[in-house]
Amino acid sequence: MSDIAERVKKIVIEHLGVDAEKVTDNASFIDDLGADSLDTVELVMAFEEEFGVEIPDDAAETILTVGDAVSFLSKNAS
Amino acid sequence: MRRVVVTGLGMVTPLACGVEETWKRLLDGKSGARRIENFQVDDLPAQIACQIPRGDGSDGTFNPEQWMEAKEIRKVDDFIVYAMAAARQALDDADWHPTSYEDQTTTGVLVGSGIGGIEGIAEAGVTLKEKGPRRISPFFIPGRLINLASGYISIEHGLKGPNHAVVTACSTGAHAIGDASRLIALGDADVMVAGGTESPVTRLSMAGFAACRALSTGFNDQPEKGSRPYDKDRDGFVMGEGAGVVVLEEYEHAKARGARIYAEVIGYGLSGDAFHITAPSEDGDGAYRCMAAALKRAGIKPSDLDYINAHGTSTPLGDEIELGALSRLVGNAAAKISMSSTKSSVGHLLGAAGAVEAIFSILAIRDQVAPATLNLDNPSVDTPIDLVPHKPRQREINVALSNSFGFGGTNASLVLRRV
Repeated sequence: MSDIAERVKKIVIEHLGVDAEKVTDNASFIDDLGADSLDTVELVMAFEEEFGVEIPDDAAETILTVGDAVSFLSKNAS
Repeated sequence: MRRVVVTGLGMVTPLACGVEETWKRLLDGKSGARRIENFQVDDLPAQIACQIPRGDGSDGTFNPEQWMEAKEIRKVDDFIVYAMAAARQALDDADWHPTSYEDQTTTGVLVGSGIGGIEGIAEAGVTLKEKGPRRISPFFIPGRLINLASGYISIEHGLKGPNHAVVTACSTGAHAIGDASRLIALGDADVMVAGGTESPVTRLSMAGFAACRALSTGFNDQPEKGSRPYDKDRDGFVMGEGAGVVVLEEYEHAKARGARIYAEVIGYGLSGDAFHITAPSEDGDGAYRCMAAALKRAGIKPSDLDYINAHGTSTPLGDEIELGALSRLVGNAAAKISMSSTKSSVGHLLGAAGAVEAIFSILAIRDQVAPATLNLDNPSVDTPIDLVPHKPRQREINVALSNSFGFGGTNASLVLRRV
């Protein structure tokens, strides 16, 4: 679990160019971390690449915060 | 038509990041050509290029992160980063940072590129083949499109006037400045940020231009000798990269705010060869008509010309054709004209060339000096025109002409005058 959270946060920091302390579980990609709709598409792609999973569009739409991503990947990552 | 003047300059070139540092090194006779080290070249016929000196931003080096956020740089090809750097320099130089709605909506952007994001397209092609379409980034398209240089500049600086881009191969930069001047002259904008940008030093693009037999291949062991316009041993152009951007402004607008005026854009000519996709027409008719149109628009005679920044790429065919067209145009006035090719120093910046060379022409007017044509040891033809071999020439320069000719037979000439 903590390993997945760390990997997710690293990707978010790198792609959105934000400070590590802002990347909390409750942080919303769009509202808190300055992402736009294209950034969120690319974030989901980066999660897929890092964790070797496919995230369908309907599932991707529910991943709005750092915590959402960690939770989805904890359940689905191989 | 309204008068148009140049009030700001910005550039990133193989000599340096910044106008004054580039100009100083140009007049010092420096060459930007080196052996390419950042990708494999041993299987390419042309192994040299003029590349931007990268570093921490000190001593004229280019540090991308000074000009764009790291997370944005990651999304775009280098041609956009170069354009952002040159545009900010030019706007700072012009001291033009519009904040009112009126000023923002009358300031536009017209920055073009010959090729755009060829490296990103090559990489995405590999991703598509190896990993499939789901791995293509949402930033793939917006980070490669040529007009996104203008787009990014407008967003960064809040410029809401005309937003446009030119794509005419090696004439791009000259066409961009000429077309943007027309937009101001006709009243579509009061200020335009205009120029060209290019990042073509990539493995794919070097392979493509080499296949066209356009590149110098005989000086891989002496990179600084490769670009030698008008010299009898020239064998092709040396690829360059970078951006040149100017701030163009309606004359009364510039005067009213007390802006420094570098020069006036008094003439702009365009023509097409209708001859061949890569070769210029042998009689130089396209180049001749282009220059003649620019002089006509400027309302000056050929004998009024002092300095010409030639297209002069160092290809066996092109240099003499341009020289022949100019000789026909100026007739007996040839002996008073100095013409040099600064590509001997910075290489051929393709879509950025016309803009960078227009800036060199403006600085030639400012400092009353014609920059040199390096490596011109043995001119391949006799001409009464001073080709400024090896060393710059201090001389009176009131009117300068800058030529650009591109693949597809597209020609542009700009005439600039001291104000």
